Amino acid sequence: MLKINNLHVKLEEEDKQILKGLSLEVPAGEVHAIMGPNGSGKSTLSYVLSGRDGYEVTEGEASLDGEDLLDMDPEVRAAAGLFLAFQYPVEIPGVGNMTFLRTAVNAQRKARGEAELTAGEFLKEVRAKAAELQISPEMLKRPVNVGFSGGEKKRNEILQMAMLSPRMCIMDETDSGLDVDAMRLVSEGVNALRSPDRSFLVITHYQRLLDHIKPDVVHIMSNGRIIKSGGPDLALEVEHNGYGDLLAEAD
Amino acid sequence: MSDTAVKPINEVTPQVSGNPKAASALEDRLAAITMPDAGFSAEARADAMARLRAMGLPAPRDEYWRYTDPRAFNAPRPAALPFDADGAESPLFTERDKLTLVFVDGAFDEAASDDLSLEGIEITTLAKADAAGDHWSADLYGQLELAGQTPVKRPFAALNTAVAHDGLLIRVTGKPSKPVHVLYRRGTEDADAVWHHVIRVETGAEMTLLESGMVGARSNGMLEVDLADGAKLHHIAAKRAVDPKVGLSHIFARVGAEAQLKSFTLAVNGTLMRNEGAIDMVGDDAVAHIAAAVLGDGDNGPFHHDDTVFITHGAERGESRQVFKKVLKNGATGVFQGKILVKPGAQKTDGYQISQALLLDENSQFLAKPELEIYADDVKCSHGSTTGAIDEEALFYLRSRGVPYDRAIVFLVLSFLADALTEVEDEELRDEINDRLEAWLTTRPQI
Repeated sequence: MLKINNLHVKLEEEDKQILKGLSLEVPAGEVHAIMGPNGSGKSTLSYVLSGRDGYEVTEGEASLDGEDLLDMDPEVRAAAGLFLAFQYPVEIPGVGNMTFLRTAVNAQRKARGEAELTAGEFLKEVRAKAAELQISPEMLKRPVNVGFSGGEKKRNEILQMAMLSPRMCIMDETDSGLDVDAMRLVSEGVNALRSPDRSFLVITHYQRLLDHIKPDVVHIMSNGRIIKSGGPDLALEVEHNGYGDLLAEAD
Repeated sequence: MSDTAVKPINEVTPQVSGNPKAASALEDRLAAITMPDAGFSAEARADAMARLRAMGLPAPRDEYWRYTDPRAFNAPRPAALPFDADGAESPLFTERDKLTLVFVDGAFDEAASDDLSLEGIEITTLAKADAAGDHWSADLYGQLELAGQTPVKRPFAALNTAVAHDGLLIRVTGKPSKPVHVLYRRGTEDADAVWHHVIRVETGAEMTLLESGMVGARSNGMLEVDLADGAKLHHIAAKRAVDPKVGLSHIFARVGAEAQLKSFTLAVNGTLMRNEGAIDMVGDDAVAHIAAAVLGDGDNGPFHHDDTVFITHGAERGESRQVFKKVLKNGATGVFQGKILVKPGAQKTDGYQISQALLLDENSQFLAKPELEIYADDVKCSHGSTTGAIDEEALFYLRSRGVPYDRAIVFLVLSFLADALTEVEDEELRDEINDRLEAWLTTRPQI
């Protein structure tokens, strides 16, 4: 599904290399977690994959189902099936959550040559999915993320994910700022979306999220590269011992 | 409370005395105008003309015209505006049952208008009242304009009072069941349209006034509004213009105790537009909100839009809001000169002013002059002015969900304008304006 090979990325505005030869493959249907100390380049990876400006790929490639991702505009990547759940979802006053979501869903359908959802079809689907995530109809009417609590913002991200039905979901520290109940709700939302044709790349600092969203593979990232990959036990090891041993081993 | 403590600022020095060239420019300007047959308004008009001659036309060096070149307004005749520039009339406020009154080149078109009778409201036209002689509005016509000449001189407002042929004279005594909608149309390509409306809302009465349509190649419109205690006026103007349209509008208002004035203007396109407002809050607990959403695209020629607002708090516990948002691209210029003056004794005043520009490229500019002048010691007043570009973070967020770039920009422009639109209290009208904006941003028709 997602293939990243020897990816080198620097900041556009300054001569600072962030990713230094990162390689990673997430096969269809699998959940991979990325853990790593602050500043190792985890969020940069999520932004580069989803097409945010400000980064320059100096070497390497990234593809989704064999299609080169790096040349696509962000909206084209989205239509191709990539989704990034933001660490800090953006507030957009004056634009209704529903209007935004319907525009996004239909823009993607149009880009893929599928029929757009009518207002009725969309409403029916969004209401059902919102109810599962305990998102009230009132929240759907509000402007995008405005006045939402931290937990509501993250649930709103998962609602978008559910409506957009991406094939490759990247979650950037979705657990940050969530209380125990919100984390369970968000995790249940994600687990409900797990399927043989959908993959997840879960970026997190804490093993706790991985108790809820069970990964197939855990990668440890440091200084712009994957330094170790393993099973779910690797996350437990980090939780107990920190990154020190792993970093020393990599050096 | 005394006015003498208030130092006039921005006073425009009379241009005429000792300046024969300026005087002859004004005489040339006046010579191009057909004077109306004045009846009840004769005295006010003569007074306004005398004031205009004393003031003269504004010069580019005048402080109050520092950001907007007055020459196109000073010229004897406007440049012709071809009809094919406008496109079809695009109906606005369609969802609403309303009393529509049509003006063509500033003159009332009775045949095209609805019947003037509506319960709770008395409507006649300036031309008819002038022909008839006496009229209740004699106490108001040109009087609020005159009050608004201090401390800032406004020659084109005096010109309007002196030469306007027509307009609406509206007295509201109840709560009419529907809004009054003034629909402007063009009759000739080089029309220099001047109109002057007077609205008096009696104690406890209220009305909604809608304005839309296209006005002449050059226009000078005026709204004098007198709100008695507890009266309410909700005013929404959707200005549709095409290049090379040159337009001036004025609103002069006196707001009584517990009265409310809410005025919102949507303006798009045009070459040169200036909207002046002078709001005098004379009664305790008065409320005045003046807001505008402006979209300027210099793609078809120069775009220059100036909002100049002066709100005076002359009584206690007044609440005023100035909310101005401008979206500018392709070399468009936005201007905001806004002032809150709190007179001595106007305690517990709550004054707020925000002017913001969203520049969609590096060629556009926003010139803002926010001012506060406060002579009372127990007030809450604030002002802010910002100029910024599209929020890249929000743009990326939208695009990452599959929203194409152009559509994402539309969302972010609407988001930027949202604060101004919330000043339209009526949700249905607000949605309609929002939809119109969205359509304009998406397909770029002339609206």
